[in-house]
Amino acid sequence: METFLQQIINGLVQGSIYALVALGYTMVYGIMGLINFAHGEVVMIGTLVAITVIGGLMAAGVPAVVAGGTGVLAAVVVCMAIGWWLERVAYRPLRHAPRLTPLITAIGMSIVLQNVAMIVWGRNYRTFPSLIRSESFEVAGASFTTVQVMIVSVSTLMMAGLLLLIYRTKLGMAMRATAQNPQVASLMGVNIDRVIAAAFVVGSALGAVAGVMVGSYYEIAHYQMGSMLGLKAFTAAVLGGIGNIAGAVAGGVLLGIIEALGAGYIGDLTHGFLGSHYQDIFAFIVLIGVLMFRPSGLFGEKTGDRA
Amino acid sequence: MKWMNSRSAAGIALVAVALVALPFVAAMGGQAWVRIVDFAILYVFLALGLNIVVGLAGLLDLGYVAFYAVGAYVYALLASPHFGLHLPFWAIVPMGAATACVFGVLLGTPTLKLRGDYLAIVTLGFGEIIRIFLNNLNAPVNITNGAQGITLIDPVAIGGFKFSGTTQILGISLSGPQKYYFLLVALAIVVILINLRLQHSRIGRAWQAIREDEVAAKAIGINTRNIKLLAFAMGASFGGVAGGIFSAMQGFVSPESFSLVESISILSMVVLGGMGHIPGVILGAVLLTVLPELLRYGVGPVQQALFGKVLVDPESLRMLIFGLALVLVMRWRPAGLWPSSERRRELAEKT
Amino acid sequence: MMVENLSPPLLEARQVAKHFGGVKALRDVSLSIRQGEVYGLIGPNGAGKTTLFNCLTGLYVPDGGSFIFAGSPLAADAPHEAAARGIARTFQNIRLFGNMTALENVMVGRHLRTRAGVFGAIFRDPKTRAEEAAIQRRAEELLHYVGIADRAWDLANNLSYGDQRRLEIARALATEPKLLCLDEPAAGMNATETAELRRLIEGIRQDGTTVLLIEHDVKLVMGLCDRVAVLDYGEKICEDVPAAVQRDQRVIEAYLGGGHLA
Ligand SMILES: Nc1ncnc2c1ncn2[C@@H]1O[C@H](COP(=O)(O)OP(=O)(O)OP(=O)(O)O)[C@@H](O)[C@H]1O
Ligand SMILES: [Mg+2]
Repeated sequence: METFLQQIINGLVQGSIYALVALGYTMVYGIMGLINFAHGEVVMIGTLVAITVIGGLMAAGVPAVVAGGTGVLAAVVVCMAIGWWLERVAYRPLRHAPRLTPLITAIGMSIVLQNVAMIVWGRNYRTFPSLIRSESFEVAGASFTTVQVMIVSVSTLMMAGLLLLIYRTKLGMAMRATAQNPQVASLMGVNIDRVIAAAFVVGSALGAVAGVMVGSYYEIAHYQMGSMLGLKAFTAAVLGGIGNIAGAVAGGVLLGIIEALGAGYIGDLTHGFLGSHYQDIFAFIVLIGVLMFRPSGLFGEKTGDRA
Repeated sequence: MKWMNSRSAAGIALVAVALVALPFVAAMGGQAWVRIVDFAILYVFLALGLNIVVGLAGLLDLGYVAFYAVGAYVYALLASPHFGLHLPFWAIVPMGAATACVFGVLLGTPTLKLRGDYLAIVTLGFGEIIRIFLNNLNAPVNITNGAQGITLIDPVAIGGFKFSGTTQILGISLSGPQKYYFLLVALAIVVILINLRLQHSRIGRAWQAIREDEVAAKAIGINTRNIKLLAFAMGASFGGVAGGIFSAMQGFVSPESFSLVESISILSMVVLGGMGHIPGVILGAVLLTVLPELLRYGVGPVQQALFGKVLVDPESLRMLIFGLALVLVMRWRPAGLWPSSERRRELAEKT
Repeated sequence: MMVENLSPPLLEARQVAKHFGGVKALRDVSLSIRQGEVYGLIGPNGAGKTTLFNCLTGLYVPDGGSFIFAGSPLAADAPHEAAARGIARTFQNIRLFGNMTALENVMVGRHLRTRAGVFGAIFRDPKTRAEEAAIQRRAEELLHYVGIADRAWDLANNLSYGDQRRLEIARALATEPKLLCLDEPAAGMNATETAELRRLIEGIRQDGTTVLLIEHDVKLVMGLCDRVAVLDYGEKICEDVPAAVQRDQRVIEAYLGGGHLA
């Protein structure tokens, strides 16, 4: 029982990171039907920018809180700029291209970003400066740390903010309209270019925050960390029903918990035949399982072909 | 097939001469270049296999490398000291193809009713699952030898003729990679023929119909599930064969060779070249194999010449240029470098 | 008229129902189509005509009721089986294989009635070659039959609207249907094209194929159809010979009352 609770907590933390990243995928997909493969790299760059800024400021004697805040801000700004640039330079010219064309562009961009990061930050692992002294709490035999609490609360705040943006602002309304039907939305005076750019920028900002959280959670970062994280987050988005905001959140949290439980119990379940290094396959097995029964994800709309 | 006119006959003769001369020209730059050419042809093979799935049937498969891995490991396990088995090449390769085909059907059966992008992520996940298993199936029973991979794999031998080491044939000395080259070219020609024939057949048309409009394809009586499965199985078998050859040629396999990046490069070859258009796919495969190698050899020295020292890590600069090349080609030639004339016309009319 | 009344029903719909969320697109629709007739299906926009086609051809699974075709029930949710049984259709919003040539579009239509598999495709044995030649010959004949033989090598996407409609009919005919279902074939056609279409449908009927026709063009429906059914809000409100339907009070109300005119 104790491990169970512990795994749930670990899963929730990991899951809220997945959820934040998944939101970036799902927003772009919902609005323009594109898998932005480069999103994972944006997150990675967010982590590395934060490390550089925070590390530099702290070395200069700036207090941790200020350094941390500046670091997050810098990561967010850089990532928003990259997101905007990606859309502008890579995807916008391809809106009417054959379906796979933007996908290859996205792949190309993710290679570019990864290698730029390697040129800038090098091949080695970077340690994330510790900002706060992480303390552990214990509740009912399960322990959790300040960092974990912060990760879950910050993600919850960000998601609430996103929901406000989408359901309470004009921009959000324009986004929803575009997702429903771009032609009609543009006839109604929605500036499609702006809406799409906004989806990229907002998604990248969320990704940057997620990047900082991953960094402070695992305390290391690396130019290749974006691919697996991106892949998992995308899986989470699909699991929840891609294009669906609430689905991305649910999918992310669910995936985090399933992975944690899976890693914790797979040894017992298979009598030691499969060990915890199989953790990464749970994401995909669950995904395949869910899609078999709900081809549009858990919360996706059933899109029967209208004949 | 109509009778060839003399011009196309001359063209074919020219290509044939070039193909024969190529391994000898490449050898002037060292055997490493012959191996690169070998790989280019192996990728032609793989890309054409994937072209059936993606280009003809329109199924976005991001886990194609799984089938390549299955073929490679089937060969490695049955022809190496790992299990002490040394079955002959001609016996294993069909087994590899068949196993890959079974995996193709296994993956396809539950997933083929998914919409395009969902299928993409599921196939991607499947590829990762296979790789993770290969990586970890060394305990408690050692099947794949884990991350270390399997070494000392038998080279291809047909009858008494070995494809490794140097042999003298008709007074010409042929190195191992050069012999593999001719084997690969022969196989590639077979694959090209199969692709061409499939494309203009009842089954090939059904694939294209599904790609164009699945609902309409159903309504005229195509059993879309079975026909899609067939595409998956065919593509997987090609991947399996290519994997077997890869294993034999390298003498070594490890899970690292079958990462997601590999799937993505094969897909890039198909799309960058010109999806569904066989000459385009061949061009894409050759370019994407040779270009990174050229960059590998070029990037360091060029920096040296320009700045007097190597400023930027050549490896990442090479990949950076590669990524940019993908982006730029897609930007300026959205249907690929060499799309079929029909597609080109269609795009031209749209804009 | 008497003779026609005696011919057995080819298709019977028995209380077919279909709803989308709250929208009741079909409410227990029953009708029966006789062998060899041209049966018209009319009704205001959104009346459920296309939905009936989709249920009949297996693209939608009805929520109730069933179809009996040529004496035995049709499996729900199996479009390719419906086609195999002999039901072919066209689509209201044309669905061709856009990046294939007109000829290839019709050749795909032969899929159901031909056999060659992967083995034949790769080895091109004499049997496969003969079949392939027959497919092409038949496809060319059909293109000629619908009057677009000269466009055989054009991509379907590049055909004019009217030609696309005719290509869809040719593709449907290639499956050798007993029942041909046409969903607004005259939509977007000019008067000359409509006249040609009318001749085409008459020819198809003469060749022994039963036709189920959805159409808004009243003149075309009244001129072509042996019997007409009227749907309104998913309900069949009338079924009779054209002249009677035109005089039917409920039909007039349906068209006028809903604010929509045919
Ligand atoms: N796939 C679907 N999902 C939701 N609602 C649908 C779907 N298909 C049809 N409907 C609804 O069912 C009703 C009947 O539509 P249908 O297309 O059958 O009408 P119709 O008689 O063919 O009209 P029209 O003359 O405009 O073609 C409409 O209210 C339509 O919005
Ligand atoms: Mg309709």
